[in-house]
Formats: sequence, structure tokens, C-alpha cells
Amino acid sequence: MTTIVDEVSAEHVRGRGGGGPAPTRVVVAYGFWIFLLSDFVMFSGLFATYAVLSGQTAGGPTGHELFNLHSVFIETACLLFSSYTCGLGALSAERGQQGRFYLFSLFTFVLGAAFLFIEISEFVGMIDKGAGPSRSAFLSSFFTLVGMHGAHVTTGLLWLVYMVAQAAAKGLRPHVLRRLLCFSLFWHALDIIWVGVLTLVYLIGVE
Amino acid sequence: MLGRLTWDAIPFKEPIPLVTSAVVILIILAVLALVTVKGWWPYLWKEWLTSVDHKRIGAMYVVLGLVMLVRGFADAIMMRSQQLLAVGDAQGYLPPDHYDQIFSAHGTIMIFFVAMPLVIGMMNFVLPLQLGVRDVAFPVLNSVSFWLTASGALLINLSLFIGNFARTGWMNYPPLSELAYSPDVGVDYYLVSLQISGVGTLLAGINMVTTILKLRAPGMFYFRMPVFCWTALASNMLIIAAFPILTATFTMLLLDRYVGMHFFTNDAGGSAMMYVNLFWAWGHPEVYILILPAFGVFSEVAATFSGKALFGYRSMVLATLAICVLSFMVWLHHFFTMGAGADVNAFFGIMSMIIAVPTGVKVFNWLFTLFHGRVVFKPPVLWTIGFMVTFVIGGMTGVLLAVPPVDFVVHNSVFQVAHFHNVIIGGVLFGMMAAYNYWFPKAFGFTLDERLGKASFWCWLIGFYLAFMPLYVLGLLGMPRRLQHIPDANWQPLLIIAECGAVFVALGILFQVVQLYVSIRTRESRRDLTGDPWNGRTLEWATSSPPPSYNFAVLPQVESIDAFWDMKQKGRTAAETPYQTLEMPRNSPTGFVMAFFAVILGFATIWHIWWMAILGLAAAVITALVFGWSEHREQEIPAAEIARMEHARLNLGRSARP
Repeated sequence: MTTIVDEVSAEHVRGRGGGGPAPTRVVVAYGFWIFLLSDFVMFSGLFATYAVLSGQTAGGPTGHELFNLHSVFIETACLLFSSYTCGLGALSAERGQQGRFYLFSLFTFVLGAAFLFIEISEFVGMIDKGAGPSRSAFLSSFFTLVGMHGAHVTTGLLWLVYMVAQAAAKGLRPHVLRRLLCFSLFWHALDIIWVGVLTLVYLIGVE
Repeated sequence: MLGRLTWDAIPFKEPIPLVTSAVVILIILAVLALVTVKGWWPYLWKEWLTSVDHKRIGAMYVVLGLVMLVRGFADAIMMRSQQLLAVGDAQGYLPPDHYDQIFSAHGTIMIFFVAMPLVIGMMNFVLPLQLGVRDVAFPVLNSVSFWLTASGALLINLSLFIGNFARTGWMNYPPLSELAYSPDVGVDYYLVSLQISGVGTLLAGINMVTTILKLRAPGMFYFRMPVFCWTALASNMLIIAAFPILTATFTMLLLDRYVGMHFFTNDAGGSAMMYVNLFWAWGHPEVYILILPAFGVFSEVAATFSGKALFGYRSMVLATLAICVLSFMVWLHHFFTMGAGADVNAFFGIMSMIIAVPTGVKVFNWLFTLFHGRVVFKPPVLWTIGFMVTFVIGGMTGVLLAVPPVDFVVHNSVFQVAHFHNVIIGGVLFGMMAAYNYWFPKAFGFTLDERLGKASFWCWLIGFYLAFMPLYVLGLLGMPRRLQHIPDANWQPLLIIAECGAVFVALGILFQVVQLYVSIRTRESRRDLTGDPWNGRTLEWATSSPPPSYNFAVLPQVESIDAFWDMKQKGRTAAETPYQTLEMPRNSPTGFVMAFFAVILGFATIWHIWWMAILGLAAAVITALVFGWSEHREQEIPAAEIARMEHARLNLGRSARP
């Protein structure tokens, strides 16, 4: 039986997709990447709606009156820095350094929680001022877009706790590392979304 | 305690829903009793409900789609009869409130719970077999996808018995669907059940794309994949790019209704047209999500039954991908009358016409495949040829509708109803019927009765033309869609013809039921022992019918397009090499349990029973966490066991060959 591998180099076969089924780690990460892309598409629906409705304040407060770039700056710094610690945690986990993984995960969690705390404070402050999500179409789209990102961060924090628990109970075995890889991808993806929120909502909004 | 749920929700005073409810509940109880008496529960639970085998899940999707087809068709024939009877002074038998629910439910069910499950079910069953691998990328997720879809179907049917359904049409446009104009639970049933099934569909899309791009038999380059795999890839990429938009849109409408936000309301700056735009940014790709896999089926059927390779494989692939991209650039043609202005309408009109080009390429490819071939007129071929004629007519009326001035004239008339039934029945449904007749022997190990299959095809074809050609005429005469009462008696003759068409379609469905029944009764005489009943070309025919749980004991080596045909030509049969122990995914109740809690969550949300909603959500999350903790998701099938099964299979096949 002649096989195709005899005829062309194995490298060439792989390049055109003829190398046979991919290993589990690749399949899992790839599938999760596609899930993240779909999540981006969902956010794009919210972004588009915000872009259309951001001027519809119905006589209520505008972004210029509501947004405080100072707290948004701290918020952004927390989230972006948490990605850095998340990356360091992932590297430690890959090297089997369980202690360092816990430490960096703790940093990630604290920074993420700080981000969430600032965001919730901002929301509560706005609602207190009578600028809640039911006030105008602009505020509906603002709370939904930013709140959806916040809900993702919350999910990420719970997932991080769950992953640390798995690492503690089972050690950094291959299947735990695969799930950690997905978590890292998720956490970094939230940064990308946040950069969009920061630009479209806050930087343009305070103008 | 029970939110908005009271005894008033049960339709005691309306005989039609009440009797339907009673009959359906009796049937369900009878089936449950039968299963209990016969002691089938352990079998059902182990082999089907908790199965993560892509073939079983695919079959369950198809069963769901076919059952819902009967439900959706019952709605259709009720509407046809109402329009037949309610002319002039007569008011018919359906009051407006009920009629509006029926046309909304008909559209919603036919798109989301008939067409989608049929298409996803076929892809689920066929893809891993055609790709020459043992399962999809994420088998348990696959089960979750199916059961979430089933949950959505259950919830939407529950609206018949408890409460009511939306009266807004299947697109559920605001501001009518806002709380101010639709204060009861109908719209909530629509939104919640579609959100749940939408998650299932999205997960299925992710699963399929990962499977196609990362799991293929060795040697299967991208340009050696069967065309059905390409169309499935395009369709699932569209699912990933389009369904999240629908999720976001429905989330916003839910927030409007539950939290008092103002996305699509008339007041406080909301924009109803934003909903319409977002809806069709999903809705137009959705059309191609449904039709592309059907195109794939026709390609496989045309090549197999004319004994030739598909004409223009590469152009078929390129046309598929072109449609995939273009499908995102035409959404505005669903509402030219929005008033976007001549420039915008012209752009979308031209884009809509351009999409006819790759589709035309495909039609010519199928024609040239059949041309000079030795065409065997089995039922799948009849469906294919019926499709080619019918779909071209539907495509031409589509190009007509893409001309904005024409669209302004026939917008919201039954002309438009005729057009989209022309392409969805003539395209998607015919495709799924071809697929059903084509792959049935692979799934169950025996062929379907041909004579009854042909009878069903002719009834469907005649029924379709009788039912919808009059609607084109009526549309040009100015008859609006969704009329509960016909004001112009001159329209009645054409409506009578349309009713006759519905009766023919009913006969077509009846023949299909009889076909299935007769085929099961006579299955011993129609066994497919070779695994290759049609002299097939692709890898699904290289294994036995039905395939073993692991599909292929040894992954096939692919050396060309039409890999199995190539193997037969070169005399390469499955080598009886020493078999290896295989790891296959273990059954998991995760999908079923998750869907059970999703139903509770959905039902409680619809009726504002918040304690129950929180319980349902918490239970669903815990189910996910339990699965997320698990480790040993595979079980081993020992090499000796595989050798035993393979020998039995090969001996059977040898004894069957002349």
C-alpha cells in the first residue's frame, strides 16, 4: 500500500492539511479560539447598537457629563496588568511551578476584582444620579455593552478560582493545563474587548 | 410564588388549543407508558439520551426536525383553510388573536426547529464519516447542543398549552414586540426558547468548524474534502459569525421587556429599525446557513447517481465561499422600504443580484455533472432534479425582488411569501429529503422503499407548485401577507388552488410516514450488507452500514478527491492489519441534564418565577462545573473486540457481494 507520505514530504502534507487529526491540545485551543471569535461577534452587535444610540440621550445626561476618565484609567490599568500576571501564571503552570502559578493567579484575581469594583462603583454612582439604564436609549446601550464586558470579567474570576482549585486538587496535569490555556485565552480576549470599550465609549464619549 | 402563572394561562375556553393539548398530552403519556411497560428506559438512556456518538445525535436532530415539521405543517394547513373560508361575510374558524399566533409559530418553528435541526443533524451524522475520522471535535458539547435545541422546541410547544405565543410574526419586530404592545408571555416564549436553542446552535457551529479544520483523515487536503464538507464548513462559519448577533439582539429586546430599557422602544430615544437591521444581519446569513448544506447534498447525490466525479469541484468550492462572504452584504434587501435612500438601496440591490452569480455557477455544475452521466433515478435524484427546476424559479423571483422599485410594490405581499417558500421548500427541504433518502441506509443499515419515496416526492412537488404559484399571482394582485380575513372575493379561486396544494403536501408527508413504516417492516429484505448501496464516492460508504461506534477501525489514507471511489478503482480495501485499542468518548448525561435545567430556567423566566429561575440557573452551572472537573472522558475499546467486530463486518460484506 503506497501512502501519500511517500510521494511528498511530510511537511508539505501538513501545510495543505493532510497530516491527519490534530492532537487534543490543538483541537481544544482551536475550538476555544473560535468560541472567542463568536463572542467578539456578539460584542460587535452591542458595539454597533451603542454607536447608533449613543446620541439618543432623550434629554438625559450625556457621556460628557457622566464619564470620569480618571477612574477609567485606573480601571484599564488594572485589567491590562492582570493580563500580564495571567500570562506569567500560564508560563509558570507550563513549567510546573505550582507555587508561582498560585501567586500570579492571586495577582490576576485581585486586579480583576479591582477592575470590577471600580466598574460597579461607577454604575452605582450613575444610577444614584438618576442616570440608570432605563433613562435613555444611550444609557441602555451603555449599561448593556459595558455590563456585558463586566459579566464576562465576573465569569473569568469565578473560572480562575475553579482552575486554581483544579490545579490544587489534581496538580498541573495535561488536561488541567489545557483548561488553563482556554482560561488564559479568555482573559486576554477580555482585554481586546475592553480596548474597544475604552475607545468607543469613554475616549470618544467625554469629547 | 408562581409569578404571572395562573389558571387563566390554560386555554379552557378555546376549543382548538385545548383539544390539541389534550391529544398531544395523551400521545406523550401513551409513548411514555409504552416505553415503561416494554422496559426500554435503560436502553433509551444508555444508547440515545446520554449518547455522545455523532451518528446517534445526528439521528436525534433529524427526528426532532421531522416531528416539528408535522407541527409546523399543521399550522400551515390551518392558515390555508382559514384564508379559504374567511372571505366576504364569513369569518372562518380562527379568531384574529389565534390566527396571529399560528402564523408566528409556523415561521418560527419551520426555521428554527425544522430546517435547522434537519441541516445540523445531517452535518452531524455525515461529517466525521466523510472526513474519515471517529467523532466530532467535542462529543459531549455536541450532546449539549442537541439537547439545548430540543429544550427550545419543548418550550415553544409548551406555549400552546400554557399561556400563548407571540402574535408578532416570526421576525418579532418591535415596537409591536415591546412590552407596551405585547404585554403577555407570547413574545417571552419566543425570545427565551430561541435564546436557549441559539446557544445550542452556536456550540454546534464551533464544534463542526473545529472538526472540519482540525480532524481529517491523513492525506485529506483541504482540496480533497467532499463538497458537502466544504458547504458544511461555510454554513458553520456563518453560524459562528451570525448567531451571536441574534443572541445580542434578543438580549437587548429581553432587557427592554424585563428591565425597562429603551433599545427598540418608541420613546426615550429607542430605535425599532436597529432591531430590524440587527435581525437581518443574522437573518440573511441564516438563509445560507440552511441552503449551503443542501447544495452540498445535491452535489453528492448528483455525482454518486450519475457515476461521475462532480463537475467543477474547485469552482463549486469557490462559489460556496463567495456566497459565504456575500451573504453578509445583502441584509438590507429585507427592508428596502425602511427609507434608507436610493444610494443605499441601489448598493444592496446590486449586491443581492451579484449573489445569484455563484449560485448560477453551482446550478451549471450540477447540470454538467448529470450531463452524459448514467443517471439512476432513485428518490434522492428526483429530489435533486426537482430542486434544480424549483430553485431556479425561486432564484429568479429573488432577483426580481432585489430590484428596489419592484420590492416597493410587492413588499409584504404574498408574492414575497411565495418567493421564500419557493427557495426554502424547493431548496432546503428538498435537499434534506434527498439527504434523508440518500444517507438513511448508512444510518440504519437498510434502504428506504423506493416506490413510496417517489410517490412522496411527486406529491410534495405538485403540492408545492399548487400551493405557491397562486400566491405569486395573488401577490401581484396586491394581496398582503398574514391576512386573517380575505376582503376581496376575487382572490378566492386562487386560494382554493393553494389549499389543494397543501392537501398534496399532506399526502407527501403521509407517504413519507408510510415509507418509513413499510421500510422498517421489510428491513430484513432490504439490508445493506456492503455498506455501499449506491456505489458511492466518499468515505462514509467505506465503512459498514450502520457504522460501528468508532466509524473506522483504521483511519483511511486519502489519495484523491472522491477518496472511496479512488480506493475502489485501485482495489485498495480496508487492510486487515493488526487492530489497535481505540479510545472513544464515554457517554455523558451532561447534555440531557443541562437541557433539563435550561427548560426550568426558561419556563421560570417566561413566567417571572424568579426563585425557580435562580434554581434552574444554579443547577445548570453546577452541571457544567461537574463536567468541567471530570477527567476520564474516554473509554477503551480493546483491540480484540475491534478485530472481532471488523471480521464479522468484512465477512458479511463478502457474503453480500455477487
